[in-house]
Amino acid sequence: MKRASKARQTASVGVMASMALVLSACGSGDIEQDAPVASGGTDSAAAECGDLNLAVNPWVGMEASVTVVGRVAEEELGCTVNYVKTKEEISWAGFGSGEVDVIIEDWGHEDLEKQYFAESGDGTAADAGPNGNEGIIGWYVPPWLAEEYPDITNWENLNNYASEFATSESGGQGQFLGADPSYVQFDEAIVENLGLDFKVVFSGSEAASIAAFQKAEENKEWLIGYFYEPQWLFAEVPLVRVELPPYEDGCQDDESDVDCDYPVTPLKKIVSTEWMDSGEPSIDLVKNFEWTNEDQNQVAAYIADEGMSAEDAADQWIADNPDKVQAWMPS
Amino acid sequence: MTATATTRDVVGPGTKVGLRRVPRWGQALFVLGIWVLVWAVMRGQDTLILPGQAKTGLHDSMSQWKSDLIAGRDDNAFMQFTGWIADQIEAVGTWLQELVSEPAPPRPVPEIGWFGVVAVASWVGFAVAGWRIALLVLGSFLAFGLLGYWEDSMDTLIITFFSVAVALVVGLPLAVLMAKSTRVTAVVAPVLDLLQTMPSFNYLLPVFLFFGLGIPAGVVATVIYCTPPVVRIAAHGIRSVSGTTVEATDSVGQTRWQRLRKVELPMAKSTIVVGINQTTLAALAIVIIGGFINMPGLGGPVLDALTGQQTGNAFVSGLCIVIMAIMLDRTTTAASVHGEKLARSGTFDPRRHRIVLAVTGAVALVCVYYSRTYLKLAEFPESALGPAIGREMAMKVQSFADWFTSTFDAWTTAIKDVVSTVLLNPLQDLIANSPWYVTAVALTMLALVVSGLRPALITVVCLTGLYLSDLWNDSMITLTMTLVGALIVMILALVLGVAMARRPGVDLVLRPVLDAAQVMPAFVYLIPTLLLFGPTRFTAIVAGVIYAAPIAIKLVADGIARVSATTVEAAVSSGSTAWQVITKVQLPMARGNVVLAVNQGLLYVLSVVVIGGLVGAGALGYDSVLGFSQSQYFGKGIAAAGCIVLLGIMLDRFARGAVERQQRNNDILTMRPISGAI
Repeated sequence: MKRASKARQTASVGVMASMALVLSACGSGDIEQDAPVASGGTDSAAAECGDLNLAVNPWVGMEASVTVVGRVAEEELGCTVNYVKTKEEISWAGFGSGEVDVIIEDWGHEDLEKQYFAESGDGTAADAGPNGNEGIIGWYVPPWLAEEYPDITNWENLNNYASEFATSESGGQGQFLGADPSYVQFDEAIVENLGLDFKVVFSGSEAASIAAFQKAEENKEWLIGYFYEPQWLFAEVPLVRVELPPYEDGCQDDESDVDCDYPVTPLKKIVSTEWMDSGEPSIDLVKNFEWTNEDQNQVAAYIADEGMSAEDAADQWIADNPDKVQAWMPS
Repeated sequence: MTATATTRDVVGPGTKVGLRRVPRWGQALFVLGIWVLVWAVMRGQDTLILPGQAKTGLHDSMSQWKSDLIAGRDDNAFMQFTGWIADQIEAVGTWLQELVSEPAPPRPVPEIGWFGVVAVASWVGFAVAGWRIALLVLGSFLAFGLLGYWEDSMDTLIITFFSVAVALVVGLPLAVLMAKSTRVTAVVAPVLDLLQTMPSFNYLLPVFLFFGLGIPAGVVATVIYCTPPVVRIAAHGIRSVSGTTVEATDSVGQTRWQRLRKVELPMAKSTIVVGINQTTLAALAIVIIGGFINMPGLGGPVLDALTGQQTGNAFVSGLCIVIMAIMLDRTTTAASVHGEKLARSGTFDPRRHRIVLAVTGAVALVCVYYSRTYLKLAEFPESALGPAIGREMAMKVQSFADWFTSTFDAWTTAIKDVVSTVLLNPLQDLIANSPWYVTAVALTMLALVVSGLRPALITVVCLTGLYLSDLWNDSMITLTMTLVGALIVMILALVLGVAMARRPGVDLVLRPVLDAAQVMPAFVYLIPTLLLFGPTRFTAIVAGVIYAAPIAIKLVADGIARVSATTVEAAVSSGSTAWQVITKVQLPMARGNVVLAVNQGLLYVLSVVVIGGLVGAGALGYDSVLGFSQSQYFGKGIAAAGCIVLLGIMLDRFARGAVERQQRNNDILTMRPISGAI
């Protein structure tokens, strides 16, 4: 007994001691010497640019845009970039508390604009113009379905196929797969007002919608649902849009009367007014940032399809597109 | 459905049923029969359906309250105060981060590098729980680095320790007060119920309003969730200190303070440690959810992997959480008996022990020094082993998941369809498509005949709340999913629990799997589950079953294992077949545990209901997520949270009532879901 406990203690001393020995073997130089290397020589710029708090809302496309802006701000301007990961509504409320400076991709939130823009709200948020992406929201079917039943891409024929779209969830009607609750959507009203024999079943998250469309294409299952571009999934499964009655001004004003398609939405940059007045060099970068749906899809596909980290994906795109990046730089 | 199954178990053979009354399961069947008849006639009337994107005046007024709160936040003294608290938490949190996880300017790395952290952690493990635990800690910490999540793991540890510390400072005095005063208990117990049944998703937004984002919000959300277990369990421990001991020591004239400090606390120590252990694990259960409010740590990578459909990455970061849970669980458990064990070993020499601690401690400090000096020891290095190991593992898991989902999804879709058609849809039709007042009366009657008068009254109160919330129909759908989930859990629990109790080999293989399933966050396996079952209620049920089955299986197995061997032998020697032994002897004698498993099954399945909202199950889960996602639906989300709490209380009292009728004097410490992955 005594020997055992003694051996035990000796053993642990040994573990520690040998760890210490390992140390001396791997002398890789002093940290103070490494310090300038590790921080990447941005010290001079760092004096000018402070913190930049970029909101990241939970979809890959936005992550792509945010990370590209973030990497440019870090590398070219020497800013300290913080990625604030949360949902839209919290991001907006974060302007006033100083926790968020920029939402780089906003799909239009009337209620939030009302609460936070200067005209009608507390003025903590402001519109910083379009980011170049165009949000194309609509009803989509998997490509195999559009190919086999070409007339399915017109809403007027949907009722003919309603029974095919029925699932265990739709109670005898056709199932329409509604979207992540964060998104602007009127599908329950559209179904009702167009007299479609469908029931809206909400997927509840982007992840669930993507999985459903992937599965539908792979197994040739019937599926119709809310989707949108830009989205990396289009590179893998080029969904086909179903035509609804075209959008006209005012047809979406009353949520319960909507009977038309979604308009093309120019995606916006929303910023904190306090930050806009701060004189940070990153302000111009954010103001100037603009890119196309293809650009974003490319970076998003690096992340989602090829499994690259967001930072690596952004760096790759930045290296491939020096001209575009140069155009965003503060003059 | 489950209700009747429960009754039958409870009233199983061996129970004397009074001649003058019909057995309870018979009464329950009678109620069900009437319900079905009424439903057949009135189906579809007054079902109070509220479409997914619709809301009512009640919901709007709660949303307005929130908007007003934000609009007035600069002049609101209370919010200023909570903001000030948030600043303090942030300051401490940032200091801890710069100590071990984030660069501490002007240094490009944290104050203490990974090498120093590993050494100090192992030393602490050694000091509090012996060298075995030190090795476990060492291995766990190295795994965090090798898997490629060193920084995130450190952040999660920081939040966990911080939150548990706050939870103990708040919780232990509260536990003492609860143990001493029934009045305090009467006030505090319902609050604990509320905190533990409310899905954490639903209080993220209020927490954000008052405490902002990141570390402060993360710590506050974690504290809210992890404090109840230690309060409940510690109070129970102090209360159960034997009265004779207290009297004996009182007779020598001690003060109340002395009694508490010298007698009650030391004697309740092991129970209190169980409480601390449960609190720590509960804190880890918030890690993923915290990712939604930018809490630093392992939640971020799991959520990122979810949006990018990368099951492999989700698995590896989830694995870090599992490793951390096992490490903290074993360490706290071993620490509680370590001192006693040393003292009892007979050869323990306190002086030498102190010397060993001092020497090893000094070595740990040397490691800290080196980790401050050499870059390789400061930042976890890219090496032949890691984090390549993590990437490799992520890729393997990914390709396995891809293979599995594409190979079996025809089967799984068929399973989903059968269960939906045979069980889920008819039951939902009955519960949610009966007029609301019919369902209300039927549920109350069931509670009355199965569980008694008090549970029936509580059912009435809860149902009234559901009605007033304007979310009646969604609540009924969620209730149906919970019942079906619990039923599947019980089938698994009975089959696997019996197998585990009867065959040690099965136990040996199954138990670690169950442990891991209990700690692995549901978000990790959400994508494969979605690919197998589609965005459906069944996917939500599967997530609930994976989460709830382990505890139910273990409860059944332990219950059966406790049936005395002589009783079983007697049955065998009198010529009973194995089936007879199981159904006539073992299960009836383990009845208490079986019913407890039903209770836990129901509550655990309910506690992951919000996940259902993310995978197409709709109902209260969707309402909760909607309320968190869109400003104008905040009120609806809060109402949904209330409904989940009410359902939880209703189901809990229902199942508990059924047990108490059976064994009035059996002191069962009902453990609530500790880990509500959500």
